[in-house]
Amino acid sequence: MSVQDLARRRASAPRRAAEPDKGWREFVTPEGVDLRLKVGAYTERFVALLLDFLILFGSMAVFSLVVFGVYAATKAAWLNEALGVLWLLVTFVGRNFYFFLFEARPGGATPGKRAMGLRVIAADGGPLTSDAVFARNAMREVEVFLPLAFLFSQGEGVDAALIGLGAIWSGVFVIFPLFNRDRRRLGDLAAGTMVVKAPRKLLQVDLADTERSASRGVVFAPAQLDAYGIKELHVLEDVIRVGDRKAMAEVAARIRTKIGWDGPADIADRTFLNAYYAGLRGRLESQMLFGRRRKDKFDKG
Amino acid sequence: MAELMLKSARFRAEREGDWRKLDALLTRAEKVGAAGLKRDDLLEIPLLYRQALSSLSVARSISLDQSLTDYLESLCTRGYFFVYGQRSRWGERVARFFVRDWPAAVQALWRETAVSFLLTVASVVTAYILVRRDADWFYSFVDPELANGRDPMATTASLRDTLYSQPDVVQGLSGLSAFLFTHNAQIALFAFALGFALCLPTAALMVLNGGMMGAFIALFAMRGLAYESTGWLFVHGSTEVFAIILAGAAGFSIGWAVTFPGERSRVDAAAEAGRRAATVMAGVVVMLFVAGLLEGFARQLVTVDLARYAIGAALLTGWLGYFYWPRRRAP
Repeated sequence: MSVQDLARRRASAPRRAAEPDKGWREFVTPEGVDLRLKVGAYTERFVALLLDFLILFGSMAVFSLVVFGVYAATKAAWLNEALGVLWLLVTFVGRNFYFFLFEARPGGATPGKRAMGLRVIAADGGPLTSDAVFARNAMREVEVFLPLAFLFSQGEGVDAALIGLGAIWSGVFVIFPLFNRDRRRLGDLAAGTMVVKAPRKLLQVDLADTERSASRGVVFAPAQLDAYGIKELHVLEDVIRVGDRKAMAEVAARIRTKIGWDGPADIADRTFLNAYYAGLRGRLESQMLFGRRRKDKFDKG
Repeated sequence: MAELMLKSARFRAEREGDWRKLDALLTRAEKVGAAGLKRDDLLEIPLLYRQALSSLSVARSISLDQSLTDYLESLCTRGYFFVYGQRSRWGERVARFFVRDWPAAVQALWRETAVSFLLTVASVVTAYILVRRDADWFYSFVDPELANGRDPMATTASLRDTLYSQPDVVQGLSGLSAFLFTHNAQIALFAFALGFALCLPTAALMVLNGGMMGAFIALFAMRGLAYESTGWLFVHGSTEVFAIILAGAAGFSIGWAVTFPGERSRVDAAAEAGRRAATVMAGVVVMLFVAGLLEGFARQLVTVDLARYAIGAALLTGWLGYFYWPRRRAP
């Protein structure tokens, strides 16, 4: 282990202890900025898989119906054969290349994944190459189709026992993602990829800026602004952005009591919260400029 | 009201235009691909991306606007995957695959290929000897569905017929080709994926496959049809069996890397082997497509033994030359 390794380890150790493992992964770009990616959750990935299967098998079923309809309608021998070939090839390509064709595009996501805000990335941060995408999806053969085959096969006596053993054996592949940090399945391991959250976000208005004129005149004493820390500020931001009347009234009432508000009582809750948000953020940010980050209301420094 | 503005709000106001510009460019790039962007836009994206990254660093240290840092993180992530992601076109990728990647990957797997080949040969020979001694062994090697009446109970004449059956019309052959291709390719992909389970299931598949071949040859050899049946197999077999041997080799390479990763970590070894094996496998699918065509058409239409041997041998030489001809290392 080199000196740099030791230094890096020492530098990252306290942060890791402070930030509990909730699926966030360090992802440092060549420019040296940590993008902090979130690993896709099990439920999201499962729903994405279900969506993809719905799309895939749904369109296959529709395609089969169309082929069968044409077959029943024409009965021409040469056409029937062409239809048979077409059907075989299309279902083969669908089953084996549906995932590949979508994930090998720059977006790195199938329709199901995109709907869940997921995408595939190379675990080392490099470009996601076609061979990696092929590897991760060819592995579905033992992760999805093999267990399904065991599930639907029937037998008696020794056969049943063998099928049972096979099901357990293939089940190990299925539950593999439950036992590693990055929730990678077998295919991800064989390809060096992982699935992360990469949702598209819109730039929202700055609460401290826009409605400032509306709440002008509502001022707080420094002591009143010292009641809360960053964590509460973020909760407050969420409450204002969601804009639920009841929640806002509740939060406003709580803040009024906590800071001992003695100003005019007829200010609307939204105006009050906005004014308090702007005031609190200004105070916490200026503290931050002096090197103090107040985590939450219990953080007295 | 400038003096009342928060520092973080002023920071945002100054840079917001650039962020929105990058956002719009990325949206367009994600929709129509890099090819749909103008030259100037393409040159501008990396600059705007780096600017956004620096904004993100600043925002994290001076701003407590949660939605702003979230937005910048998402914007930078999108920018990162565009700037450092895969951008080559399909045509380029396919050309690169056939010119360089595929043969290189096959060459790199020469050891696994040799093992896979020896395993196949051994099981062919074993099955051959066993069936020659006692014809009942045939049933242990061959699935009755696949045998399709070609078993020790069949008469020599009917066996000979299966080798030279010439269809009355060309009908049915493309269907047969397509069926054989999809069937074989599915099995090959399966053999590859099973490699992850420490090589053993892949080895079993290779032995089964070789055993079946040996049993068939033995059956025909017992009726004095060895030369003819080998020609019948050889037309497409030189391509198909080669492809299956490569699929087995691909499976072995993954299983081996997982079991004995050497100096690398197990995860790195698996990823490296997996990618290389995947390249081989993509090619195996192509080979099996060729084999399916040969099996469906050439074998049924060409009934002269010598011609069958010639076609098979030409293809085998072709594949061997294509894969193993020494070439310059990739830059």
